[in-house]
Amino acid sequence: MAKIIVVTSGKGGVGKTTTSASISTGLARRGFKTVVIDFDVGLRNLDLIMNCERRVVYDFVNVIQGEASLNQALIKDKRVETLYILPASQTREKEALTQEGVERVLNELAETFDYIVCDSPAGIEHGAQMALYYADEAIVVTNPEVSSVRDSDRILGILQSKSRRSEMGLDPVKEHLLLTRYNPDRVDRGEMLSVGDVEEILAIPLLGVIPESQIVLNASNQGMPVILENDSDAGQAYEDAVGRLLGEEREHRFLTAAKKGFFSRMFKG
Amino acid sequence: MPEADATQTSQCFQLKGANVSLTALELHFFEEDAFEETLRDKIRQAPGFFRDIPLVVSLEKYEGPTAELDFFKLIGICRRHNIHVVAVRGGDEDQRRLARNAALALLPATAQREPRAPEPAEEAVEEAAPTTPDPAPTAAGPAPAAARLITQPVRSGQQVYAPEGDLIILAPVQAGAEVLAAGNIHVYGPLRGRALAGVHGLSEARVFCQSLEAELVSIAGHYKISEDLQEQGWKQAVQLQLKDDLLVVTPLDK
Ligand SMILES: Nc1ncnc2c1ncn2[C@@H]1O[C@H](COP(=O)(O)OP(=O)(O)OP(=O)(O)O)[C@@H](O)[C@H]1O
Ligand SMILES: [Mg+2]
Repeated sequence: MAKIIVVTSGKGGVGKTTTSASISTGLARRGFKTVVIDFDVGLRNLDLIMNCERRVVYDFVNVIQGEASLNQALIKDKRVETLYILPASQTREKEALTQEGVERVLNELAETFDYIVCDSPAGIEHGAQMALYYADEAIVVTNPEVSSVRDSDRILGILQSKSRRSEMGLDPVKEHLLLTRYNPDRVDRGEMLSVGDVEEILAIPLLGVIPESQIVLNASNQGMPVILENDSDAGQAYEDAVGRLLGEEREHRFLTAAKKGFFSRMFKG
Repeated sequence: MPEADATQTSQCFQLKGANVSLTALELHFFEEDAFEETLRDKIRQAPGFFRDIPLVVSLEKYEGPTAELDFFKLIGICRRHNIHVVAVRGGDEDQRRLARNAALALLPATAQREPRAPEPAEEAVEEAAPTTPDPAPTAAGPAPAAARLITQPVRSGQQVYAPEGDLIILAPVQAGAEVLAAGNIHVYGPLRGRALAGVHGLSEARVFCQSLEAELVSIAGHYKISEDLQEQGWKQAVQLQLKDDLLVVTPLDK
């Protein structure tokens, strides 16, 4: 049975698509057959981050509406053997994602895949609710600021009341907090909430902390999931998060401001 | 013929006894603008609570002239704010006839009070003597109802309502969440959202929490917002209660 993981946040621009790309790549890199679905109808950009935008012929909505088969629409990743992308439509109305349609596609994918990662659109409306409805687990992407934390809290409420698992009285959706764009310097200066603050407010287990990093922007611009930047702090933080998602114990890193280099320590005293 | 072997399931419907707790609006007089303004103010305190609720208009304390009792206008204003007037309670014969013409159901006056001719003199006496044992909470049920118990965090955008008794929450109430109860509210965690106790008018209701960080606390309609709450007991374990219509905060360890 495939595991369905939604990457969601409420607030926009916090790093859901960046996270979906890296987590799915990380799972696939470990040999799990993984598909990542872009639920952001009208605003697709997962295919850009995955560098496959020029290979999109059919999309998620085409499959839902029976205009294409899954095999026609799935794009095989060029870097990681067992990774597939199901892109979003750029042209369709959001309402094209019907609950039955989404269910049918997920069921068909579940027959052959180990992991289905759903990249949710921002907001708490239809698209976001479709993306989370069938989830078994949720990665709640949060930035260390009050408005983002508030929206994450709201999404957690929806996961608890409007997901398939809640409606059918099954075990609740397993929740993970992923704190992204974390900048320890700004936390020290009191300009951002700390990991502890966010954990305290949201009261769900911490999957990882991804530092704010220029490398993330560079990687996205090159169409490269940042987890493949093995030497970068953000890449390693995502790799740690994948490990924890699979149940491994890993110590949290990159939580404190970078140590001053040898020379700056010498000269600044 | 269906009559011959009519089974239970072939019946179109069955009548069942139902016991619901309703919110009553105790009308003192009716003037369109004043009414709408007051209503708006109440809704502002608890937007989630008023959305689509059924409402009973209680005429037991009505003092205005019967001629001004325009139920059509009253219903219209309520409907504009998504409140559904379903019935009147009490009132004299003329008032009840007006209500009936506006398609409202008629409920008997509250039992505790003998229906009396509404003589202004008598009203005045009653108001001057608040020592009467019955402060007449508008719709507090006769028997204490079982408390509602919540073990999950109440998240932003969520609302939890105990329409008849106490509400006990063994988790945080987050900013943007709203908890309401006819009776007391106990939060064994931080109270960061809005808490409204005694929503039917029970002024003895209290709110208890482990850490007061609330956006608003209201007891029987008397409320304080975050700004005012920060003056005392902020981020501490406290209880809140009404003393002479004033919301008072006291630390729990005292
Ligand atoms: N850890 C990070 N450090 C620096 N920049 C980041 C980080 N994570 C994401 N970003 C940048 O933030 C922007 C938004 O990221 P992304 O598109 O992943 O967010 P999103 O939540 O999917 O947005 P939307 O709600 O619009 O779908 C992008 O420019 C991305 O490169
Ligand atoms: Mg996105």
